Amino acid sequence: MPAQTTEILDLETLASRIPNGARIALPPDYSGCAMAAVRALMRRPVRDLHIIAVPAGGMQVDMLIGAGSVARVEAAAVTMGENGLAPRFTAALKSGEIEMWDATCPAIQAGLQAAEKGIPFMPLRGIIGSDLLRVRPDWKVIDNPLAEDGRRDPIVILPAITPDVTLFHALKADRYGNVWIGVRRELMLMAHASRQALVTVEQIEDVNFLEDPVLAAGTIPGLYITAIAEAKNGAWPIELSGAYPADRTAQADYVKAARTADGFAQWAAEVVHDRVPA
Amino acid sequence: MTTVASATSAVSTTEIMIGAIAEMLAGLSHIAVGASSPIPGSAALLTRARSGGRTRVSVLGSRENNPFTDGGRELFDCAGQGRIDAFFLSGGQIDGGANINLVGVGDVGDYPRAEARFPGSFGSSYLYFVVPRVILFREEHTPRTLVEEVDFVSAPGTSPPEVYRPGGPHALVTSLCVFSFDRNRARFTLQSVHPGVTAAAVRAATAFDYDASAEVPQTPRLDAEGLALLRSTVAREVAETYPDFARRHWGV
Repeated sequence: MPAQTTEILDLETLASRIPNGARIALPPDYSGCAMAAVRALMRRPVRDLHIIAVPAGGMQVDMLIGAGSVARVEAAAVTMGENGLAPRFTAALKSGEIEMWDATCPAIQAGLQAAEKGIPFMPLRGIIGSDLLRVRPDWKVIDNPLAEDGRRDPIVILPAITPDVTLFHALKADRYGNVWIGVRRELMLMAHASRQALVTVEQIEDVNFLEDPVLAAGTIPGLYITAIAEAKNGAWPIELSGAYPADRTAQADYVKAARTADGFAQWAAEVVHDRVPA
Repeated sequence: MTTVASATSAVSTTEIMIGAIAEMLAGLSHIAVGASSPIPGSAALLTRARSGGRTRVSVLGSRENNPFTDGGRELFDCAGQGRIDAFFLSGGQIDGGANINLVGVGDVGDYPRAEARFPGSFGSSYLYFVVPRVILFREEHTPRTLVEEVDFVSAPGTSPPEVYRPGGPHALVTSLCVFSFDRNRARFTLQSVHPGVTAAAVRAATAFDYDASAEVPQTPRLDAEGLALLRSTVAREVAETYPDFARRHWGV
């Protein structure tokens, strides 16, 4: 993994760096979702993505499935939250259009932690007796080799998850590519574990966050960030903590439209290919 | 339907469920609430409001009631260490062994195709093992949801003795009743029925077998003070994370 200087790109160029077939890590709807970049991916359209939802997927996952951009989803869940089931995800599983790797939240986090440490696997409690072990042959059960008194202590081990790329949106970056994420430290985990991290931000500031100890504590160093791009309202219609709330109307409109493939196509024609909110 | 609930209006089924869950939480130190859990979330916040500062509540998805600063994994690490006393899980299907299914309906051999697909297991496959008191909740109480055997086990109700498991199911609360769960016998007992519900109606609506005494008591209602607190302070706290739910039930 080369530790080059972080590039500063425009939004479309940043999105173009995600190749077809990429294993891409995406944050949940309560963290920073790079929705403007996701719409750019849909306009291309990108193909055959393996999405790793960290740990659950929402609107961006459903949109990418609707656009035909997804081959496989690895997630603890895909849901539209208070708006109910994710319509295109649900339809794609019914038709067999996408492959599903069901998981549980801490298993995805543990797999990323293994990648972060450069080790092959991470053990995790629980899961034994769950059908997840039947549908995830890559998850194994071993006997804890350090168990006391020769007792049997079966424990699950999970392979490291090393995404090709992480894509998210944050409030701000500095011109050195340091990205401030505050308490949203799953973004830190994702950036550490991935070969590349592409980040959109509301603004790029002409300072160095690492010189301020208060900001530095919530900052991903540019060391892990491949490229940044400015995107105003880049998380819309998802909330961006500290900046703007979720656009609940736009989310509800999406869920309603995306119940059918035709409804989704009409929604995409308007929101993805045409109208960009100010 | 939007109604502005006053302290005197009739107690709703949702409020009965909240009251029943809150009773199971009294005295606990740290209660965590996961995604899509407005009824347990309301019960947890009510418990905190009545605890005199003894109970801590951590609500995922909340800004004001979420203390975590180390990302999505912190809740799970915290639970793994035994720092969380109670959590809540639901299921598209729940069976008589307290196995829960959050993945889908249909033959597991056809996976991932399903007759009906649910969102997914979330943290259940882990938290069910490590949180001492897991309370199951499911509003819809029908043979479709409370099944003889789940089609997919997201998380098992019980485990063999060699499996590390300090946690597990404590009770199941539905829109009709409260079941308690005996982990040694891997079996539910009908604990109480909500006002206006008969034990026979519960039996008819439940596809799994369970124990019940000849006389099943009624689920206690919140007292006037608890109800007033729920409809005012707690309702506003719930609205921060679950605005639609709070508006629908309490008009806030």
